[in-house]
This record gives sequence, structure tokens and C-alpha cells, in this order.
Amino acid sequence: MEIAPALDPLESVRSALPDALLDAKLFRNEITLIVDRGSIVQVMAYLRDTPGLLYNFLSDISAVDYYPEYNRPERFGVSYHLYSMLYNRRLRVKVFVPEEAPEVETVTGIWPGANWLEREIFDMMGINFKGHPDMRRILMPEDWDGHPHRRDYPLGYEQVQFSFNVEEILKHKPSAKK
Amino acid sequence: MALVQSPDNYVQQEEWEGSLEQLKGLVSERAFTGETMLLNMGPHHPSTHGVLRLLLELDGERIVTAMPDVGFLHTGIEKNIESKTYEKGVTLTDRMDYLSPLSNNMAFCSAVEKLLDLDVPERAQLIRVVVLELQRIASHMVWLGTHAIDMGAMSVLLYCFREREKVLGMLEMLSGQRMMGSYIRPGGVWRDITPEFKPALREFLDSFPKAVDDFEALLRKNPLWIDRTQGVGVIEPDVALAWGVSGPSLRGSGVNWDIRKAMPYSGYETFDFNVPLGDHGDVYDRFLCRILELRESIKILEQGYSRLTDTGVFRSDNRKYVPPPRSELGRSMEAVIHHFKLWTEGFSVPDEEVYVAIESPRGEIGCYLHGTGGTKPRRVHFKTPSFMHISALPVMSQGHFIADLVAIIGSVDVVLGDSDR
Repeated sequence: MEIAPALDPLESVRSALPDALLDAKLFRNEITLIVDRGSIVQVMAYLRDTPGLLYNFLSDISAVDYYPEYNRPERFGVSYHLYSMLYNRRLRVKVFVPEEAPEVETVTGIWPGANWLEREIFDMMGINFKGHPDMRRILMPEDWDGHPHRRDYPLGYEQVQFSFNVEEILKHKPSAKK
Repeated sequence: MALVQSPDNYVQQEEWEGSLEQLKGLVSERAFTGETMLLNMGPHHPSTHGVLRLLLELDGERIVTAMPDVGFLHTGIEKNIESKTYEKGVTLTDRMDYLSPLSNNMAFCSAVEKLLDLDVPERAQLIRVVVLELQRIASHMVWLGTHAIDMGAMSVLLYCFREREKVLGMLEMLSGQRMMGSYIRPGGVWRDITPEFKPALREFLDSFPKAVDDFEALLRKNPLWIDRTQGVGVIEPDVALAWGVSGPSLRGSGVNWDIRKAMPYSGYETFDFNVPLGDHGDVYDRFLCRILELRESIKILEQGYSRLTDTGVFRSDNRKYVPPPRSELGRSMEAVIHHFKLWTEGFSVPDEEVYVAIESPRGEIGCYLHGTGGTKPRRVHFKTPSFMHISALPVMSQGHFIADLVAIIGSVDVVLGDSDR
């Protein structure tokens, strides 16, 4: 079988999807493509299916919160880490998400394995993935208030509830009163 | 669900129907007519390998859908690391995948080293490879023992734990602790190997191949084992890739991807070893891959043993990131300053992001690390193999019996601490 020669991911995305690509970065030999939030699905499908790129394995999706800096250029960043089995190389695709509308299109249509990774980000960062088949909390309890991995969420602890102190605790916990 | 205070607001029937509504879209329509049954498995079922809960939709004894529910072991490790210096963060990573703490240490430390552009001396890399392979053996021993006991082979567990105990003894010689040693640190390892370590390793390497032969003899051609495992929990290579399955579970489907070979780290490229592959992607092939992997680990350890000198460099001498040895503190003012800076403030890391993945016993464990320019990370995220494997359980278990589900859970080697973090 003929193997297509490896293409430069940056150049290919720049020529094929010029509107989607916003920026690119190289740090410690890791390529980061910063793409437009609206066209993430398009970019991912392109990276997976184009001969010469074939990033066929989604390693990880991570989200980062830049709070209190809102100008980098938005508050949240979501990084998709792709790996190409054939060409043995990695690529990071990053989108920035504003605080007012924390939403990204889901990539579960391209990689079903993204399902839980996106649920985790929804749970921990409060970023909603549009079109996700099952957007529920995954690690935290269903009635949890807030998104723990946001930088403005304090690192505290929760008091253990007993019958003698439950009323006192519930006063401070609006979500549990339901 | 409301907190139970008095019998008046005890869990009512209506509340249960409400939660059935929530399952709309997750279970088939037949569940609402009562044609299929919903059954809760776990979170304390012995064969779920920890606190994994599975909500099963059953047609007779056949699984229509399995809905895994994780998070019972969530301890906020990633959030906690954000409030600690990098050196202190290492101790928390031990607690994620508690069956192979050193792999977690390695993933985290590699990410820190990559962010700092910190080089690790060759001998420290060698020590890391030796302990990582020992850890792989220890982890596979727990996997094999529990997998076999789930399937009714009682004695294997006892033999496996006997061998694992030897490995843990060796890890104790190195770090002072059997399990959560935090032996791998940014820039190298915590301390040099102790004098009793190499003789113990020699003894282990002499006895362990025989033990692997025994495990294989007990199970590989055992007709009961073959009946229970062959053709069960099949996952095709392309499906496995799409679901993010990695490690021995992926190689059982015949995909040749081992990060130790593909993107060597810590000097794995200088070792001679093979990557065992399966054909069918069923429980039996995943079992065989891991058994053969044990032999490859022995091979690596033999090479490591012959190359490992008794004493020598064991961590970087870059004093900005790695603490000076105790002996220097009495002689050098510089050393005192570095020591003070490192143990109070910690070292600063650039405001950039990296992703480093290594091959843990379970698969690809990746560490995404984003620095702040200060001494504490902005974000640490671990991509853990168990998390991905549990999410792929519904694909593997569809149409199988409940008894097979137990075999499938065992075969992908899930650790809930790894999944929930």
C-alpha cells in the first residue's frame, strides 16, 4: 500500500481552511494550532481524514482557565491533543472560549471517545458542548453547585452531614435544598 | 434526591420515576414498557475493581446497554496540585492510579521537565526505566490475580500477590514505602539505589520467569478459561481507536502502538524488547498480551540490571530545580540558598502548556500541564487510560451475558482511582 508523504499540519490547514486558523505556536517542539471556535468540528474532520495528516487518535481534551486574565484572548482554553498512528506525531488544536458564552461544538461525531472527556470538562469547567448526546456531570454529584476546576472556585472542603447539623449546612447550600 | 430527615420525605416512588425519565435517550424504549429490566451493578460489587457503578439494561441475561457511572473516588487531585509547588504535586499523583504510582510520577515529572527544558542524567533515566518496569510487573500481578478470581480461578490470586510482594519489597528498599513512594521527582529520582536493591533484583529476576510460566500453565490452555474468554468482549481495531482505547487493551486488537517504542522516553530506545500483539481483540487476546508483556518487562529488567552501576548520578545537578545533596549544605552557602528557595517557594515554570504521554501498565497516561510563570501550576490534567476504557465498556459488552461483563471489566484492567482522580 502506498503511504502518502507526511504533510505539515500548519500549512495544510492554512491552505485548506484559511478562515478557521487563527494562530499557531511552537513550544518545546509541540505544535499548537489555534483555531476558530465555530469551526472546530470542520478542522478536526479535516485533520483526521486528509491523507498525509491522518490524526486518527484523540489522546486527550483538556481545558484551562486563565482567570483573572480575560485577554489571552478569552477566559477559557480547550486543547485537543491528537496523535497520528501512521506518522507517529502529535498535534494540539486549541480553541478559546469566552466566559459569557462557554460553548463549543462537540467532536463526539468524529471520535466517540470524546464523549466522557467533554463531559468531564463540562463538569469541571462549565463549558458546554453543543450537540453532545449526554451532557451530564460525570465526576461530581449530580446536584453539585459550581464547576470546581475554575480558578475562582475556592479549594475548600465540605462538612460531613449528620442529622444534628444538616439544617445548618443546608442553609449555605442552595442546590441541596431541592 | 432530598436528604432523608424524617419518614415524611423518605424516597418516594415518584422520585424514582423521575430519575427513569432522566434516562430517556440512554436506555432503549423497551425499558419504559418493562420489557427489559434495569439492574444496578455496583458500586460495591466485588468484581467491579473498586467503586464502579454500572446501570445495566437487560433482556433476560443479555446486556442491551451498560451505562458506567464513575466519580465515587473523585478526590480532586488535579485541583489540589494547582495549590502546591511542583515538587509537592508529585506526592499527589501517586494516589491516582494506586496500582502503578510510579507511572503517574513519571508522567507528571516528564511534563514538568519538558516545561523547564530540564535534562535528566542517563543513569537517572536508567533507574527510572528499572522501577517503571518493576511497577508494570506489580500492576500486572494485581490485574492477573483479580481477573482470574473474577472468573473463578482462586489460586492464581495468591501466587500473583506473592510475586507482587517481592516487587513492593524492592520498591520499599528504594523509596522507603511499598506503594506510594513518590520515588521519581523532577530532574531524576529521589535518592540513589540502596546497596540491597541490586541483589534483591537479581534474586527476583531469577525466580520470576518461572512464576510467569506457572501463571501461563494455569490459564493459557485451561479449557474453562478459554471458554469464558475467547470471542468475548471483542473490540475491532478502528472502533478501539475511535474510543481512545490504549495500551495492552488496544494491542489485543492488533494495533501496534506502544509509546515506549513509538515515542521513546527515558532511554527506552536503548533497550531491546518486543511489543506483543493480539489478533482478535477479545478478552483472551488482551490477557495474552499482558502475560507476554511480563516477559518483555523481564527482558528490559535484565538489561537494566547489567547496566545499572551500584552508585553514581541519580538526579540532575541543576540546582535551580533540583535540591542539593545534604552533604553540601554544611559546606556551601549557595547550596543553603538553593535549598531554602526550593523548599519554601519552589521553582518557577514558564507560562506555557505541554502534553506528555507515557505508557503506563494500563495504557497511555498523559499529563497536560500549564504553568503560570510562578511556582504553582495553572492547570494539570491527566488523561488516564482507565477513564477511556470504562467509557468504552458499553461497546465491548453489548449483547453479552452479565457473567461476560465481569470478564470484560477485568480484561481492560480498570482502576477507579485512575479514572476518577
